[in-house]
Amino acid sequence: MTHGLDSKWTRRRFLAASSGGAAMLAAPSYLRAQAAPIKVGILQPLTGALAFDGQQGLMGSEAAIKVINDAGGIKSLGGAKLEMAQGDARSTPDGGNAEVERLNSDGVVAIVGGFASPICLAATQAASRYDLPYIVDVGVTDAIVQRGLKNTFRFAPGFGVVSRTALDNLVKLNDAAGKPAKTVVLVHEDGLFGSGLAKLLQAELPNRGFDILDTIAHPTPARDMSNVALQIKAKNPDLLIPSSYYGEFVLLARTMQQQRIKPKGIYSILNGAASNFRFLKEFPEAAQYVMDCNHWWDPRKEAAQALRKEVEAQGKFFTYNTALNYSCVLLLADALERAASTDRAKITEALASSTFAGHIMPYGPTRFGDGQNQGAAPVNLQVQGNDIKVIFPDAFADAKPVFPVPA
Amino acid sequence: MLAPDILLAAVLNGLMTGAVYALVAVGLTLVYGVLHIINFAHGAILSAAMFAAYFASLAGVDPYIALIGLAPLFFAAGYAAQRLIISPASHGDDQNVLLVTLGLSIVIENVLLTAFHSDTRSIDVPYGFASVDLGFAFLPLPRVVAFAVACVVSAALWIGLHHTDTGKAIRAVAKERYGATLVGIDVAHVYAVTFGIGAACLAIAACLLLPSYYVNPRVGEAYVLVAFTVVVFGGMGSVPGALIGGLMIGVIESLTGLFFGESLGQLGIFVLFIVMLLLRPTGLFGARA
Amino acid sequence: MSAPRAFAPILMILALGAALPFVTSSNIILNGMVTTLIVALAGYGWNLLGGYGGQFSFGHAAFFGTGAYACALLQQRCGVNAWVAFASAITIGGGVGFIIGYLSFRSGLRGSYFALVTLAFAEVFRIVVNASSFFNGAAGVLLELDARPGNFQFASRAAYYEVALGLVGVALLSTRALERSRLGAYLVAVRENENAAKALGVDTLKTKLQAISLSAAFTAAAGAFYVQYFLFINPELGFGASISIEALLAPIIGGLGTAFGPLVGAVALHELGELTQWLLGSLPGADMALFGVFLVLIIAFARGGILGLLSRLGRGVHGMAGEVMP
Repeated sequence: MTHGLDSKWTRRRFLAASSGGAAMLAAPSYLRAQAAPIKVGILQPLTGALAFDGQQGLMGSEAAIKVINDAGGIKSLGGAKLEMAQGDARSTPDGGNAEVERLNSDGVVAIVGGFASPICLAATQAASRYDLPYIVDVGVTDAIVQRGLKNTFRFAPGFGVVSRTALDNLVKLNDAAGKPAKTVVLVHEDGLFGSGLAKLLQAELPNRGFDILDTIAHPTPARDMSNVALQIKAKNPDLLIPSSYYGEFVLLARTMQQQRIKPKGIYSILNGAASNFRFLKEFPEAAQYVMDCNHWWDPRKEAAQALRKEVEAQGKFFTYNTALNYSCVLLLADALERAASTDRAKITEALASSTFAGHIMPYGPTRFGDGQNQGAAPVNLQVQGNDIKVIFPDAFADAKPVFPVPA
Repeated sequence: MLAPDILLAAVLNGLMTGAVYALVAVGLTLVYGVLHIINFAHGAILSAAMFAAYFASLAGVDPYIALIGLAPLFFAAGYAAQRLIISPASHGDDQNVLLVTLGLSIVIENVLLTAFHSDTRSIDVPYGFASVDLGFAFLPLPRVVAFAVACVVSAALWIGLHHTDTGKAIRAVAKERYGATLVGIDVAHVYAVTFGIGAACLAIAACLLLPSYYVNPRVGEAYVLVAFTVVVFGGMGSVPGALIGGLMIGVIESLTGLFFGESLGQLGIFVLFIVMLLLRPTGLFGARA
Repeated sequence: MSAPRAFAPILMILALGAALPFVTSSNIILNGMVTTLIVALAGYGWNLLGGYGGQFSFGHAAFFGTGAYACALLQQRCGVNAWVAFASAITIGGGVGFIIGYLSFRSGLRGSYFALVTLAFAEVFRIVVNASSFFNGAAGVLLELDARPGNFQFASRAAYYEVALGLVGVALLSTRALERSRLGAYLVAVRENENAAKALGVDTLKTKLQAISLSAAFTAAAGAFYVQYFLFINPELGFGASISIEALLAPIIGGLGTAFGPLVGAVALHELGELTQWLLGSLPGADMALFGVFLVLIIAFARGGILGLLSRLGRGVHGMAGEVMP
């Protein structure tokens, strides 16, 4: 084998050979009682600023791998067990990129995870060099699936779908309550989520009969939300739509409580806190009746409840990305089962034609179009009592919305 | 158009936030005034102090009570850090001090990250939601307490610097390092005491912040750049300058935030910072640079 | 030192480095080397100003981000060819360096004040880029994946590696040339005693301005290369504090004010990072905490960095270490 600058074709050849080799290795193992384990790359930001989220995601993947292996592994591959190859993206795109290289050379059949959009953008691109199937767990930026990468699949809904659903459900919610809310104040963090969302809401809300009184941007981290609260108080809106990360939303909710500001509803979108059990546990009063449109699991599914119990038994909070990663690994296992092969092209093909419905998300059967799961949708949640309940869509709801909020 | 009562409330908010800025900045300015160094580990020490207060509160000790224990503890830690690490490692070179404190801040911040991970935590105290009703505005009680204590601490520090022997020694070293050595002042001790006082101020600030704020390993960063601005604004080395500068920065931030949006409010601080550095690095109240 | 003696070790090391892809086809190694070389390049920029000129910047991210954003936006908005955009980004970076330098040095800022003002500039850049839709705000800029050499995008990691090595080579040779030039001598004079240099008739403002412009240009090149490699940049990646810190850690750990310092430091940092990852697993922050300890130790016991230690051990590597700071 020649090496050098122009090793493009050699590496492609090498790749083809090696994945062919892997398939050949898999074939005889078919006949053995115990097939060789299949390595699955689990990439999460396990260290750095996003370590908390990464650990939550990892927990979901681990649980799914255990479930699959306990149920007899991948049957079409002779009951081969899944083996986790863990990658730490170190909360940066460079880290994600480097770990994809490592996972690839470790011989993983696919990679699941990423969490943050910048990591997902870098990691999917790195994996595409090797035609290595990549299932994005969260990464809401729609650019992830708009670059035409054949290897990239996103199971969860993107930014566009989430915001559109949030708007539709807001109208539905308001109409059902007799249209108590007419005026709105938007509060958003000035980063990727917040700003993009505010722009969209500013364009869409007036068309749907809402009057935007003010749009207030704040940085992350913000040292003080008192001014934001003051402005809200002055405008006295019926509805508050915040989109912030955890710390800032908690600050805002607490400040509003201190300032006795009580709008008819707080309707947040992709908010870091409103659908977080930690917030509910630490500030039950400030959290009460806050609504959110976000990723969530299907509360009616037994597997989801079982996983939640398992996580909470360890003294940890059950978050949506635990559920998403759990589902993504199941999705991959289903693809492996149908591909009956560890060949990357075949797995990619199996993912592209997936109709997998055994996940724990409120999505219905999986159907990928240009790498995006078309069945994916967010749900609306509301803090009620000591729990976070699903209030929309009706098909998955386990509670009725409380709106307007009782004074 | 903004109603006058909102304007007034915003000014009050700014003053209360500013008092905490002042307390964070007092330590920084004192260290600068005496040691002529910028302590880049200031923000990281604040994060560490907030974690200390957080765990005290988990153990059932109210942050305001924990303050009594944490201030001396951080004084001792600061004293030791200067005496055992910063001073020997930097060989008396100011640029080395910059790098050593930068190294310390990287270590502290990342050890916190290793130990407690990156989650954001906050505590719920019984008085967390109590507020003082002024008729036109509610002032949250924890912030009123923070304002009062910050002012008292700054004043006490000023009095201490002027009317105690240690204070006089500190001022002597600040004015004339070699002269102070000649009259028998232990300069290394004074340096370490100053550093300790800086750390103790941070411990107090941490206990005051915790009831209304949150803590994570990077929380100090949000305050330290503002504290630099306050120090430059009030004049490097001036304690009254830090107090007045802190209050003014608090109000400026609050009002620019109100008029131009919160994001630009922070931008305003940095622009002010750069302009001050470029045009009048001695600050509004500082005489020496 | 004669010209062959000054440049021969550099050319030798570069030739050895260039042979790496012929020895290993492992993309893990090549990718690790590319990211290391990006840090080294940013460090070369910092070293010119900080190592030789004694002006410690805590905000070199301002230049890294400028290079990255200029390179990305020129291609995306103006349809400029990637190579042209790359070259322009370096020029723009140098220009930004000149402006920041002009403002700071004219006001006589040095030492801690200069460190603070550069930190503030980087932060202002981050906030402005984050808030402004012209720069695509917090979403960042994504370049279209189109791997053709004419596009400054390569299908193979080896090609990226060779280009990065070439850039670091240019930085190395320029640094060595600077050491031997009048500007270099002036810079060192400014570092050792600015007032004395002035008294001897050195135009210290001009000297420092030339240094910061060059310094910014190299760090901007690192940023522009970063964008071509990852095809993505956002305000935090471009202007965040971590790149400012890495840019100064590499030369200080390797050997402040030496030609090989930034490269040696960047490699050491990379290996140290890998080692902690390997030893401690995924403990968040452990690697950075060790970097911090390393920084303090280097300053306490080995001001000349790794190269300083080596040249103390034996004069054999003296030619490589070059001039080591006292």
